[in-house]
Amino acid sequence: MAVKLPRKDVVVIGLGWAGSIIANELTDEGLDVVAIERGPWRDTARDFNIATAADELRYNQRQELMVRPAQNAITVRNNASQTALPMRNWGSFHPGNGTGGAGNHWAGITFRFGPDDFRLKSYLTEKYGAAAMPEELTLQDWGTDWAEMEPHYASFDRIAGISGKAGNLNGVIQEGGNPFEGPRSEEYPTKPMRQPYGPTLFAEAARKLGYKPFPVPSALLSEAYTNPLGVTMGPCTFCGFCTNYGCANYSKASAITTVLPALVRKSNFTAVTNSEVLRVTLDRSGTRATGVVYVDSSGQEWEQPADLVVVSAFTFENVRLMLLSGVGKPYDPATNSGSTGRNYCYQTANSVQMFFDDKNFNSFIGGGAVGMGIDEFNNDNFDHSGLGFFGGGSIRVTPIGAAPIGSRPTPPGTPRWGSKWKSETQKAYLSTMSIGCEASSYAIRGNYLSLDPTYKDRLGRPLLRVTFDFPENDLKMAQYCTSRVAEIARAMGPRQIVERPMKGHWNSVPYQSSHVVGGFVMGTDPTTSSVNKYLQAWDVPNLFVVGASAFPQNPGYNPTGTVGALAFKAADAIRTLYLKAPGALVPA
Amino acid sequence: MHTSSPSGLSRRRFLASTAMAALLAASGKAFGDVIRGTQPFSPFDYAPPETLPGGRWYFFSPDEARAVEAIVERLIPADDLSVSGKEAGCAEFIDRQLAGSYGSYERLYMQGPFQKGTPEQGDQSEFVPRARYRRGLAALDAWCRASHSKAFAELPGETRDEILSGLEAGKIELPGFDGRLLFETVLGNTMEGFFADPIYGGNKDMVSWKMLGFPGARYDYRDYVERHNEKLDLPPLSIAGRPEWKTRG
Repeated sequence: MAVKLPRKDVVVIGLGWAGSIIANELTDEGLDVVAIERGPWRDTARDFNIATAADELRYNQRQELMVRPAQNAITVRNNASQTALPMRNWGSFHPGNGTGGAGNHWAGITFRFGPDDFRLKSYLTEKYGAAAMPEELTLQDWGTDWAEMEPHYASFDRIAGISGKAGNLNGVIQEGGNPFEGPRSEEYPTKPMRQPYGPTLFAEAARKLGYKPFPVPSALLSEAYTNPLGVTMGPCTFCGFCTNYGCANYSKASAITTVLPALVRKSNFTAVTNSEVLRVTLDRSGTRATGVVYVDSSGQEWEQPADLVVVSAFTFENVRLMLLSGVGKPYDPATNSGSTGRNYCYQTANSVQMFFDDKNFNSFIGGGAVGMGIDEFNNDNFDHSGLGFFGGGSIRVTPIGAAPIGSRPTPPGTPRWGSKWKSETQKAYLSTMSIGCEASSYAIRGNYLSLDPTYKDRLGRPLLRVTFDFPENDLKMAQYCTSRVAEIARAMGPRQIVERPMKGHWNSVPYQSSHVVGGFVMGTDPTTSSVNKYLQAWDVPNLFVVGASAFPQNPGYNPTGTVGALAFKAADAIRTLYLKAPGALVPA
Repeated sequence: MHTSSPSGLSRRRFLASTAMAALLAASGKAFGDVIRGTQPFSPFDYAPPETLPGGRWYFFSPDEARAVEAIVERLIPADDLSVSGKEAGCAEFIDRQLAGSYGSYERLYMQGPFQKGTPEQGDQSEFVPRARYRRGLAALDAWCRASHSKAFAELPGETRDEILSGLEAGKIELPGFDGRLLFETVLGNTMEGFFADPIYGGNKDMVSWKMLGFPGARYDYRDYVERHNEKLDLPPLSIAGRPEWKTRG
């Protein structure tokens, strides 16, 4: 039986980027906030000690920073005719755990989405005509626009101290930045990262081909920086133990290095860790959230009543909690009705690998967001007339580090063991680089999230079931964009190139990216979306569900910058609109 | 889990000396800490890596250990580039991993029902690593005795290579265990052992890192990031430091 706790103004679920930002904004408003986190409290000095942080076996292979599948797993299948089976170990993506969430072990690439992305369906229809839209796609507008989003992107950049070079300042294109980005109101808070050899060589080749290379916007900071909360970060040292690791240098922006050190000192904030929310509770009418029920690590259940509930866990858990709590109608692909679980999308990962004889990249030097990119083949930055697909990808070279259990490139056909394996591995280790193309993922009717009918978590609750395969549209796009990447690769003069466009079925085993989005999406229509443009649940006005779960489809950019911006957007709406007149902020 | 700090001060010894100190304090006698050959703190005291001291087998029986050594020395043979996987400690690495939390897949989702899925659904085996080795090595032994009248470890190198290739390709069917699953498990763990930090028992003397030119657990390349296309020859560094750090002077 759950023990009832004293009422709070706000209960926040999850202390990753979104939850920490919103909790901080709402405590600034004077509200009494409690945040519930399923994992432990994490702190750089203690958890990411410099003496032990550079440990590939522990962090990359054994995935210590990710949520244990024994605690929260998902089931996967490619289509509804298959039986979903559990992803017993994380493969394709890496959900996080503890304060900071996946923001501790992320790569740190911090793009903003483009102005057209927020009204993608309208934009493509206006430009190419409704007849050009591939029939399988179920694209939707977000219900917001660039003018509304930009100030919140700027807030996130300032909190995280993002390093980069603006390509468009208030509508004026800037030399050296990304000319395709939306107009920024201000320059990046810190200067661009210095670049290792691989990205430099790529940028030279791209420039010669007429493209406009720019430094990848990075949450690994180029210099010391003190954010608006007074929290100071240090410069990145290019150690290469970055993606899948916690940063020992206070250089990688995450909630634990930028927000929580200030937030935890506030008397009107409480964090409850190692405690997992079981459900959001609703009143009898089902239109008002009354709080949450959670279980602590001893198995004791607690009921936390609150006036306002903010759900800000990872995409999967946001959607699962809504399904378990009965918020919104579960999406059914057969009837194309319901909204919870709808428009689940991913990211289409492509690459071109290059083997050289005469180059030494020292590929162990780097970081998750250290690199150079071009945007000529992303989204609708190129003319799609007659191509038969929409979308594109961010093309870039980001040497994330080269710890050798995971990073041992060899040419195709190399044996996997024995003397020949060893000599090829040794030969290629320092002289190989690759160009990545992190490309868009567009929604189709059959890709969705639901509760699994068979598999349960340790508490007896159904696991979330992911039904996903790559749309034809995205596979065509992958082929096209990877061919463009290969042209740049050839211009760099390697001995051999290997093109790896995404092909075939989505495979849950190899890591691709943790950019899982959708399932509780933003929009203008309550029949095809779950939250309005303020991230407020259509059916339950005192419930805000924030995160990449709100993306109706995924552009060819990494999602975290937009997750941060949406967190500021939701917090701003609560502060400036909701608290003055609690109720639906957009009429349904 | 018993742990040891890489500097040679084992956690058990550390705890024992603390217990001793408590006894001495209780008896009212003054005492001093004796510090030799290591920093007077346990650097992983809060969140230590899971390591075990060497010198014994923790999980493998002597026969299993011989078989695994005989496998890893073929997967990673000795040649001009490095010592063999056996000499690098890959079998010890695997043994210690199996004795620890990895051996039971403590972190993984291991609830049933277990059923074979599509290749895209990944590893659906009900067997945790300890069972994979125990059952898989027994099956390999039975197969080798039936077809070659010898244990795997007693076979010549070329024959062992043929058997490993047969397992890899799914051409050899072991009695009672999926030979391919055994092969993939051992190959993956062998590579982990060869390339992981030496604190886990493999990669002896950082042999694989020296071979590749990987400088190991270094934490600062700010002076090197813009030295493009240059051979840096940085000597590798383990979480436990470098043997040269132990000096007399």
